[in-house]
Amino acid sequence: MLKSLRSLFQPKVTGIYPEKHKLTATAAIAEAPLSSHYILPLKQHIGEICTPLVRVGDRVLKGQKIAKSQGYLSAAIHAPTSGIITKIGEHAITHPSGLSMESIFIEADGNDQWDTTLATLQDWKQLEPSILRERVRLSGIAGLGGAVFPTFIKLLQDKNHPIESVILNGAECEPYLTNDHRLMVEHSEEIVLGLQMILHMVKANTAIIAIEDNKPDAIACFQRIITAQELHHIEVKSLPSSYPQGSEKQLIEFLTKKQVPAGKLPLHIGLICQNVGTTKAIHDAILWGKPLIERVVTVSGDAMPNPGNMRVRLGTPIDQLLAWHGLENMDGCHLIHGGPMMGERLGHAHAPVVKATNAVLAFLPQTMMAAHKEESPCIRCGDCSQVCPASLTPNLLADLCRQDQFEKVADYHLFDCIECGCCSYVCPSHIPLVHYFRYGKGQLATIKREKAFADESRQRSSAKEARIQREKEAKEAAAAKRKQARAATAPVTPPTQPTEGQS
Amino acid sequence: MILLSSPHIHGGNSIRKVMFSVILSLIPATLFSVYLFGWLSFLIIVSCMGAALVSEWGCLRLMKRPIAPMFDGSAALTGLLIALTLPALTPWWMTILAAMFAIILSKQIYGGLGYNPFNPALSARVILLISFPLQMTSWITPMSVDHLLNLYDFSIASQLFFFGVQSLNTSLDAITMATPLGHVKTALSQGISVPDALAHYPYHWLDAFIGNEGGSIGESSALALLLGGLFLLGKGVIRWQIPCSFLITVALLSLISSLIAPNQFAPPLFHLMAGGLMLCAFFMATDPVSSPVTHKGQLIFGIGCGLITWSIRNFGGYPEGAMFAVMLMNCAVPLIDHYTRPRVYGRAAS
Ligand code: SF4
Ligand code: SF4
Repeated sequence: MLKSLRSLFQPKVTGIYPEKHKLTATAAIAEAPLSSHYILPLKQHIGEICTPLVRVGDRVLKGQKIAKSQGYLSAAIHAPTSGIITKIGEHAITHPSGLSMESIFIEADGNDQWDTTLATLQDWKQLEPSILRERVRLSGIAGLGGAVFPTFIKLLQDKNHPIESVILNGAECEPYLTNDHRLMVEHSEEIVLGLQMILHMVKANTAIIAIEDNKPDAIACFQRIITAQELHHIEVKSLPSSYPQGSEKQLIEFLTKKQVPAGKLPLHIGLICQNVGTTKAIHDAILWGKPLIERVVTVSGDAMPNPGNMRVRLGTPIDQLLAWHGLENMDGCHLIHGGPMMGERLGHAHAPVVKATNAVLAFLPQTMMAAHKEESPCIRCGDCSQVCPASLTPNLLADLCRQDQFEKVADYHLFDCIECGCCSYVCPSHIPLVHYFRYGKGQLATIKREKAFADESRQRSSAKEARIQREKEAKEAAAAKRKQARAATAPVTPPTQPTEGQS
Repeated sequence: MILLSSPHIHGGNSIRKVMFSVILSLIPATLFSVYLFGWLSFLIIVSCMGAALVSEWGCLRLMKRPIAPMFDGSAALTGLLIALTLPALTPWWMTILAAMFAIILSKQIYGGLGYNPFNPALSARVILLISFPLQMTSWITPMSVDHLLNLYDFSIASQLFFFGVQSLNTSLDAITMATPLGHVKTALSQGISVPDALAHYPYHWLDAFIGNEGGSIGESSALALLLGGLFLLGKGVIRWQIPCSFLITVALLSLISSLIAPNQFAPPLFHLMAGGLMLCAFFMATDPVSSPVTHKGQLIFGIGCGLITWSIRNFGGYPEGAMFAVMLMNCAVPLIDHYTRPRVYGRAAS
């Protein structure tokens, strides 16, 4: 009551304060045992898919590059252990609709033998930034906060936009997630070193370590190191523990009071953000010559028998990971890949852990049912606009998406939606707003493609009639397709039977 | 396989919670109306709420829709709200008519909850006022002022409710009195100045803060309504923008006008306490469905309501204008919403 009374006098309070459920905040990171086999999808990042460097039957060493990046925007893939390549083929990935992807299968030989070709760069302070950056690229590092954008690109220097400050993003705002938190507490020294490496690479002078105030232990760890090592250019800042505090743009706004202009990147206002996990990976790659073959995963949720944090090798089958935490029978619980606010529901647990896997959560059916109730009409309460960190008007946008008014939707800046889910979270009518926005974005992209195609054919065709005819057909087809697509993705009936969820 | 889109947790708010909070917040005003008008209030409230629920059920059945929305509290709330805006002498059939107007004509015809441009209770009340001006402006003297009829006696109250004043062998004039607003309006039209008119009203008009005055059954006590309003503000069900801008506008306008011409214009406290202003400001204007979504829009909306209320009260044909004001501003909501869209993150103001 007091809080809400106080909020009366603050005109704009964006974001939400969900229950944190940080069940595993004090659970030390456990080392995962060796799995019998690993499955590595060829694309675990934003960008181009990788090409395999190995063939079935090859023997690989731990840390050996097994797929190289193709094109610029890509991140290589390395073997998580030593063993034999048994198969290269399609396998299910962590995608809500159960898509599969070309993957490399490795049978572990149990020796876990390192490939030592990647030298350690102990003298990194003396090395050119470009050399360090190349190491980051070769190590296959992509943003481990969940965005999995290839990290070396973020570390490039742009002459027109010098980086003034690096923000270390220690805001782990999703409920249940504690993997970054534990990493900060247990590996603060390495993270600070990694941060200095980043500063060296982008030639920035100052850094901010941003952590929410619900992780005082992590804040204390960093403060101790910074005082002890007299790192005056690094500052630890405590943030309110709201959601989505860890979202890059919101974090920047909070720390600097500046907004990243639409369509621009943080670097355009002289900043870059790095996740703590990514920073640790950069440290490992440079100082220890270790490519990205493992990450910390939070395994939690109210249906998880033994929740915990675990350092897991990429490629570990998720059912194996769940079994290590006591969850053998997945009937009757719902699995989420990622946090509960932005994560995707998994239809099954056959997919492997990938670079983006910050958490695997298991929820009881009643928990999921309470969150996904049937939608009622919008009562225009305005709660969604109030919490939207992008200052959108979600109820209006959802109306437009539902009515297929896509030209208008772009006007209302649908693409500025970061899909944080705050609007759906507060909606008293349980409207799956984010679902509508995904649908709208997808349709808009299709329309763009179709329009490009239509333009092209218009140029080629000289006969006026043929042109008119074609356009008409394209239009009709598009309308039919839209209708179909909408019917296909139409909102989500709530789970009725616990077992029905497993397909 | 079911596709379930993120987020996978929910804050737990629901339409039902919102509606029942509002009903809860109206309890002080409801109890006070029973204190003032005895069983008569009770009968009006019960019949309005009952008729509202039955109408809702009937509409949903007729349209072959699921009847679940009947229990979301919105129909019950509409029934209660409309009851509170009725005079204590409203006959039984009119209470039912009012509730049916509200649910059928002002809500379900538009497509049900969420699609109505006006607050159902409010628009039904206005229709009644225009259709039955006499009944809607006969104000029975409250129990706390005059004990001519014992309304705490169920048989007397029900006789009044079902068979009207005539059945009790008294005349309408004997048991009614003017509302403060009506009193001042009539006085002004007879050339009596405002201070004189207030001096001759049967009791001190500041009593209106507690609620000892003639008026609609739930409008009398500004205090009870204020309590409910603060409860809703504290719970975050309504925001301060609309009620504050509404009330402050009325207060400021009447302050300025009463300073300039004290004989023609009543002072601000009188305007704030009298009539349906409090009920409208906290419970009608804040109806989310029919008010703007953005904070800026809500401020504009509230100021508009205040302006129109004050104008009608002072220059219009009706002594009370709060209800008309809210309805008029409801019409402007799409426009207000369009021009007060917030500046999107990272974009220049549009
Ligand atoms: S929160 Fe839901 S009900 Fe409220 S305005 Fe937004 S979409 Fe409508
Ligand atoms: S509209 Fe998009 S950015 Fe705004 S709250 Fe909803 S999901 Fe988040």
